[in-house]
Amino acid sequence: MKLSDFVCVDAIVPELAAPERDKAIKELVVALEKAGKLGSTSADAVARAVIKRENEASTGIGKGVAVPHVKHKSIGGVVAAIGCSAEGMEFSSLDKQLVYSVILLLSPSDNPDKHLQAMESIFKNLQKDDFRRFLRQAQSVDQIVEILHDAEDV
Amino acid sequence: MVEPIFEIEIEIKNADGLHMRPAMQFVDVASKFDSEIKVSNADTVVDAKSIMQMTMLAATFGTKLTVRAEGEDAEKAAAAIRELVEVKLFDEPAGG
Repeated sequence: MKLSDFVCVDAIVPELAAPERDKAIKELVVALEKAGKLGSTSADAVARAVIKRENEASTGIGKGVAVPHVKHKSIGGVVAAIGCSAEGMEFSSLDKQLVYSVILLLSPSDNPDKHLQAMESIFKNLQKDDFRRFLRQAQSVDQIVEILHDAEDV
Repeated sequence: MVEPIFEIEIEIKNADGLHMRPAMQFVDVASKFDSEIKVSNADTVVDAKSIMQMTMLAATFGTKLTVRAEGEDAEKAAAAIRELVEVKLFDEPAGG
């Protein structure tokens, strides 16, 4: 699965409005809602579910990136939003560093294998120093889209 | 002196597979040991102590992984990992 297969271009936010975890999550979920990706559920409900999951264990896995995610019954297929913050935000990361790039992933609740394939694609790319650096430096939707298209097909 | 090496095959038995939380548990268990521990599926070999690498495995229910531990406590490490994956199932429901 390729990142560009499931990242919603209309939910790419090159500069998040507020460098705070919960607000960033909310902003990305709202962007997905506007793009028509949430099915019958409200952005509020989905954001709450993502934050609840985040509070159980941080998805800030270090090196300036976080991958908040949740499986939700109203989600038709895996879909992701990307948000960046030049300032960085507190995310209770494993390495205690600020997070500059957030990839928010929503998955259907009945297809764990699809969720894993999307995670594999995200992490294979996040593993790469160049990918993280380009994402952190990107300043426009077009630049991020280009990074996604150049990303590895996994 | 040559360090002991233990290589075992484990099978993912929880329905949701090796998603992020199980991967974190895996890393926690592996990190308790001094041995170098590598985990591999068909085409990817990763460091069992790195969450970013472990999540990359994306091992679904039924996937067989090879765990290779090298070091003084290799045997104990391999046993602890088997326990977590195949007996405790990461405290998650079984698949199948």
